[in-house]
Amino acid sequence: MSDLRELYQEVILDHSRQPRNFGAAAEANRGARGDNPLCGDQLRVSLRVRGGMVEDVAFEGSGCAISMASASLMTQAVKGHTVAEAEELFERFHRLLTEEEPGELGDLGKLEVFSGVREFPIRVKCATLAWHTLHAALARGDDGEVEVSTE
Amino acid sequence: MQPLAQSQSLPEVGFDAAAVRAGFPIFAPGRFEPPLAYLDNAASAQKPTVVLEAVDRFYRGYYSNVHRGIHPIAARTDAAYEAARRKVADWLGAARADEIVFVRGATEALNLVARSFLRPRLAAGDHVLVSELEHHSNIVPWQIVCEEVGAEVRAAPVNDRGELILEELAQRLAAGPKLLAVTHVSNALGSVVPLATVVEMAHAAGVPVVVDGAQAVPHFRVDVAELGCDFYAVSGHKMFGPTGIGALYGRRELLAAMPPYQGGGSMIRSVSFEKTTYAPPPTRFEAGTPHVAGAIGYGAAVDWLAGVDLEAAAVHEAALLADATARLSAVPGLRIIGTAAHKVGVLSFVMDCAHPHDVGTVLAAEGVAVRAGHHCAEPLMRRFGVPATTRASFALYNVPSDVDALVRGVHKVREIFGR
Repeated sequence: MSDLRELYQEVILDHSRQPRNFGAAAEANRGARGDNPLCGDQLRVSLRVRGGMVEDVAFEGSGCAISMASASLMTQAVKGHTVAEAEELFERFHRLLTEEEPGELGDLGKLEVFSGVREFPIRVKCATLAWHTLHAALARGDDGEVEVSTE
Repeated sequence: MQPLAQSQSLPEVGFDAAAVRAGFPIFAPGRFEPPLAYLDNAASAQKPTVVLEAVDRFYRGYYSNVHRGIHPIAARTDAAYEAARRKVADWLGAARADEIVFVRGATEALNLVARSFLRPRLAAGDHVLVSELEHHSNIVPWQIVCEEVGAEVRAAPVNDRGELILEELAQRLAAGPKLLAVTHVSNALGSVVPLATVVEMAHAAGVPVVVDGAQAVPHFRVDVAELGCDFYAVSGHKMFGPTGIGALYGRRELLAAMPPYQGGGSMIRSVSFEKTTYAPPPTRFEAGTPHVAGAIGYGAAVDWLAGVDLEAAAVHEAALLADATARLSAVPGLRIIGTAAHKVGVLSFVMDCAHPHDVGTVLAAEGVAVRAGHHCAEPLMRRFGVPATTRASFALYNVPSDVDALVRGVHKVREIFGR
């Protein structure tokens, strides 16, 4: 039960119930669709990127509490930051979820609420789906739409 | 509402689930903390000691390849392998052992029928009829073959309870499908299809029938002769046998007229570079070294099942299902998907407050093993307007305390996710 409370922290429950930046980004010029075919989670991330800066980002879709909260918190974490910063944050976030001893990760802000996912390896894909989708959208370049899958 | 109330004492009509359980090493007391409430039987069933021992005896005591050697242990292996075939044939009500082809599982059995039975008789513009209940393994093999020739797959609908609508089926059969591929029991909802009626309807329309029986055989006796179906596919692992082994029953005259599925050793009569002739069924469809240990273990599982009073077990399972259904139905915001009048011990549900995967994670922490997802039945999930469900599925070794754990877990979900 203590592990469960670690997993489903209040911030995660809050963001899963009331996801922030839900919908499509205004004047979006990047987008990608992410699927987890094993569980049926599907989401779409759209961004407006100008001069290497994530001016706006939003997501839509449906999935479990972990995937919805992760997508919501991701949009807050990368909005107003550079593309390079977003990619670097993903790298640190991924280490938080997957490494036994991730070492110095720097300040992850609210994203630290996902540290409990480490104890539930099969849920790591739920927490990273939005980030993989974001990564695909950024890598694609302008006016592209791509699809990624966790499998 | 009394969420944590224990089950009412269930009538045990001559069936001692505790005694059955004692024959399964995974259920030995103290193995898991919290105790394992294994309710994922529709995914795969646990293995009794007698099955494990049969496999072990083969590997340790007389291991050899089949159909090849003349030395004593090879002869013994041959005998054990063919005895397993005979057991499966008898178990399914097949008139002859050579109507049973050993395959990897129901999936391979259906692919075999798609490739060797359907493909040669399919042309552009034709279609295959399935039902909305089907597992992907009874949709995709037909689609693959249909795409090759420009044919299509159509689906007969189910009603809101998850029952095949026979009037709709009749209409679709009249459209002249080349084959009806239908499940006996829905893996996602537990609905039991009235198969004898369905086969009669199909045959009256001149349509051959292949049945996915993977979910039926763990729950009740099947008699293919009585059902009259043309093919019947089963998996060993769902009926307490090993993984990687299953069987295809096929009517003898159909199998005899079918080309091989795979080419290789064992399946030939004679080979030259100009021309190869094939062995008769079932050997024709068993290229290469088969899963001998699996077949022997499967035979042991059939022997074990034959010693169980399956009718009493069905009453026991039905009581567990009724208890779980009543108690989960009383949970606010919980909706049961699949309420067929005739169903086996499968309970699929969704909860307002939490996604099936979150439900599954919370239940797992309570020791309750369930499945969360689309259960390889995406079209059926779409039919019911849900992306996924949580599925608790029972077998004859489940006990009332498993239902208690499930109900307790569901209330924990509400504690965590309820507002």
